[in-house]
Formats: sequence, C-alpha cells, structure tokens
Amino acid sequence: MLYVLRRAGQAVLVLLLAFTVAYLLLAALPGDGVLARYGSAELGLTPEQLAEISAAYGNDRPLVVRFLDAGVGFLTGDFGYSIQSGAAVADLVAVALPSTLLLAGLGLGVAIFLAVSIAFTATYGKGRWLRRAFRNLPPFFVSLPVFWIGIILIQVFSFQLGLVPLINADPVEALILPVLTLAIPIAAPLAQVLMRSIDEVREQPFVTVVRARGASTSWLLWRNVARNALLPTLTMAGLLFGELVGGAVVTEAVFGRPGLGQLTAQAVANRDTPVLLAVVVITTVTFVIINLLVDLLYPVLDARLRRPSTARAAAPRATGSKPTSSAPKKGALR
Amino acid sequence: MSAVVTRTAPSPWRALLRPGTLIPAIVLLVAIAWAVAPGLFTGISPTASVGPSLQAPSAEHWFGTDSTGRDVFARVIHGASQSISGALIAVLVGLVVGTTIGVAAGATGGLVEEALMRVVDVLLAIPSLLLSLSVVILLGFGTTNAAIAVGITSIAVFARLARSQVVGVRVSEYVEAAYGSGGTALGVLWRHILPNSLTPVIALAALQLGSAILQISTLGFLGYGAPPPTPEWGLLIAEGRNYVATAWWLTVLPGVVVVLVVLATNRLSQAIRGGEAA
Repeated sequence: MLYVLRRAGQAVLVLLLAFTVAYLLLAALPGDGVLARYGSAELGLTPEQLAEISAAYGNDRPLVVRFLDAGVGFLTGDFGYSIQSGAAVADLVAVALPSTLLLAGLGLGVAIFLAVSIAFTATYGKGRWLRRAFRNLPPFFVSLPVFWIGIILIQVFSFQLGLVPLINADPVEALILPVLTLAIPIAAPLAQVLMRSIDEVREQPFVTVVRARGASTSWLLWRNVARNALLPTLTMAGLLFGELVGGAVVTEAVFGRPGLGQLTAQAVANRDTPVLLAVVVITTVTFVIINLLVDLLYPVLDARLRRPSTARAAAPRATGSKPTSSAPKKGALR
Repeated sequence: MSAVVTRTAPSPWRALLRPGTLIPAIVLLVAIAWAVAPGLFTGISPTASVGPSLQAPSAEHWFGTDSTGRDVFARVIHGASQSISGALIAVLVGLVVGTTIGVAAGATGGLVEEALMRVVDVLLAIPSLLLSLSVVILLGFGTTNAAIAVGITSIAVFARLARSQVVGVRVSEYVEAAYGSGGTALGVLWRHILPNSLTPVIALAALQLGSAILQISTLGFLGYGAPPPTPEWGLLIAEGRNYVATAWWLTVLPGVVVVLVVLATNRLSQAIRGGEAA
C-alpha cells in the first residue's frame, strides 16, 4: 500500500512539474501568438491596440497569476482559447479526439498483431532463412520515416495497384492506409521486445520440461512462452503511447485526416500556443497515468514481484530501446 | 565515426571488416562526404533549373528532376549537409546536456540526484514529437532550431543511461581505492569514473544519430525545418508529395537515401556495442 501511495505521489509530482515546464515553454512568452495573429502589417494595428488585444487575453497579468489561473483551468477542463480561431480549446480537442482515437486504437491493434506475427515467425518459423528475414524486419521498420511509409503506401496501393481509392473513399477505405502507416513503426519496437523475451523464456528449464511432457509447439507458445513474454512487453506501454501520439501527428498530416494530430500541426504552424499546450498536457497526463498503471499492475501480474520490498522502487520503466548497462567495465574487480 | 570506434574498444576493428559492418560504414562515410563536400559528387546546383521538369531518372539526372526542373540527386547530396549536420547538433545537445545531468546526478547522489532525475522524468513524460514541437514553436522554424529541439528530446535518455553507469562504477572497489589513495572527488570522477562508464553512452550517441536524422526529417516534412528552397531531406520528400501519382522518384529515391543512412547508423551503433541484440 505504501508503495502504491509513493508511486502515485511521484506521478502527481511529475505531472505538476511537466505542466510547469510546458507552461513556461509555451505560455511564458505571450506576445508571440497574439503578434502572429494580429501583428501583420496588413491589419495596420498600432502597438497600443496590440497591447489591448494582449490584455484582452489576460496576458498583462503577472506570470505567476496567469500560471495558477491556467493550472486551475486545466483541472476543471478549461483549456483557454485558441489564438488563431478564438474557439475554446476544449471544444477543438473534443471535436478532434474521436477520429484520432479511432486511428490510434486500430493502429495499435494492427501493430500488436504485426508484432506478434513477426516475433513468432522470427523465433519459431520454419526454416533458418525465414527466421533470419523476420528477425531483421523490426530494425528495418525502425529506420523508416513514418511520413515516407505513408507516401509509399499511397503510391503502391492507391496509384500502382488501385486497391484503395484516395478520392471518394468510404470511411473504412479511408482508414486502411493511415492505420497501416501508424502500425508499422509501432510494431517494430514491440516485436523487438517480444523476440528478446521469447528468446529468454525458451532458454528456461521449465520449457524443456513442458516439451518433454509432450506439449506441441503451439501449446508451448501460447500457454507458456507468450504468458511470460507478456510482462516485459507491458513496460513498453508508455513508450508505445508516445510513438502513437507522434505517429498520429505525422499520419494525419500525410493523409490530410482531421484529428488531434492535424490540430497539433496547425497549432505549431500558426504559433497557436494555447492549443499546443492543451495537447501537450493531455498527452502527458495520459502518459503518466499509463506508466503508473503499468507499475501498479506489474506486481499483480507477476507473483515474483509481490514481495513487499523496496527493491521495486528501482523497477524498470519503459524508456525505449537503449543499450543495457551490461558493457564490460574495463579494469574493474581485479 | 572512426574516432568513436577507436575511442570505445579495440575489438570492433576486426569486426569492421565483416560485410555486415563494412557496408554501413561505407554508406555513412559517403553520406558524411556528401555533407562535407557536396561539390565533389555533383557539379549541379541544388536550386537551379537544369532541365525539363518531372523527368524520370536517367543517366544524366540519376534521381530525375522535380517540378521546377531541379536535379533531385544534386538536391539530395546538398541536403545531406542540412540533415546530417542537424543530426550531429541534435546528438551533441543530447549527449552533452544529458550526460552532464546524468553524471552530476550519479556522482553527487542525495537531494541533487533526486531533483535532477525528476526533471528527467518530466522530459520523458512528454511525448518526444510534442516536446520538440514545443521547442520549435519557442525557437522558431529552421534546421538548427529543429535540431536543438530534437536534441532536447534525447536529453532524458542520455541522462538516465549516464546516471545508471556512474552509479554502477561509483561503488566499485577501484574507485574506493582511488579515494583511499588520496584522490579528490573531481579527480576520481575524471580519471576513473568517467572513462569506465561512458562506453554505452557513446554507443547510444551513435544510435541516436540515426533517430535524430529521422526526427529532423519529420520536422522538415511537417514544414518546421528549413524554408522551401533549401534541400533538406524531409522537405524534399514533402515537396515531391504532390506528384506521387506521376513522378514516383521525387519521394521514393530521397526516402531510400534517408532509410539507408539511418539503417547504417543503427547497424554501426550495434557494432560499437559489440552485441547482436538491438
């Protein structure tokens, strides 16, 4: 229980800090957005008038007051107003969210399917050649720019093969290519982790025992290996969410789909900081909650971690594919 | 790149001669040569119209020409300096700032460590594309600004790795012995802790180079990088996007170059680490 409280407290602290950082980055320089919208020479506004507009947005108050005001606003779901269109940011987000959620949800589903297929084929596929080829797929996928994947998919499936229409597409057809575009870069790290943990688990003695008792490969895979490989995959959840958000921005830009990503891209192009601030804060909250849930779920799923020890404080968190600290330390322990 | 290889370990020299390492090394060297001296590889200006527009690839124009008759191959070669120097800036920002934070946290411990690592947690909590977009909106558009933005997103990863390395080395016996024989904190840090903990950090820097190229080209594609006439790789692909149906070479060939360079850096960082698993 103490662990749960500590971990939750830590999450809240990170959230507060993240909000502060994002606010300082995006809202501490208030003039920019107003200037970008009203500062052009064609409008012919005098500096006094610009200052008045700025004051109308409440930008003449001290930074601390504005910061606290924004903080309270975010807690109550009031994200302020877009500088570009004047609409409430909460409304803009609410309109954009469903389409992006659909895209991201489907993309994640397809990515998991792809990753599992790749990982199983790479570890248990028939023939060395096939296994090698599939093993090299994830590093290859990771090296592809997401926007380029989208363009190539359009080129191949819409223009060369004529399978998926781009113009006058019904909603389902319009989703096929974006979902694939989003799924490929997300499947790659997932498949890598799955492959690694399958490799580790199948070395375990219990696998040999189960095998000796006559279990078939598929029984072994689904009942034993997959269950054990699931845990390391779970730690990837936060990382995958970040990839999904980034992927959605790029995918929606490539396919011209309306949604949260499109909203973000436009906000950056127009220097519409309130919108970007809202998107950053919402995704950060989601990210922190996902990581909190994963950390809390971990002991539930893995009985070995249920001991009430402080060792859990140093639990592995998802931080992406980076070298492990197993490099030889030269000159150590002589 | 060779400086990195010699710095880390002598064994990769043998591994360097394997085709799996040799080919990526050559790809990367060619790309760096493009960035340093584009004039050696093409005499054609990247911004001048040199022929009819939208010509398919030919012996004269290897990657064809774009909508205003510019030579795409020349643009890709000149774009290397934008993209690769951008990536180097990005990695440098992440490496220097991240490693400093990580080493400071790992070497001091206590409250300082706690505070620094919370900052790192915050950087990790904001999805990297959104973080770089926030920085770009603050600094303004342009390749250097995009590169700094991408670098900031990698600070957290460098800091975490550097800290875990330093913490691991700090408790080892030879560090204790160094303190025992009268070493000052800074002296021990410099002579014993840093050299023994930074190899994985260098490997990570190599890996980040590839991902920085990808992220910078993404920002360029979205239009937040260099302004249009500049031949930046992401922008190049964005400009060719309107001609997907009629001129495939405008998007496919520059994209293939990006993919090859990124694949090459990923392979090489694997080789530096000396391991099989990525």
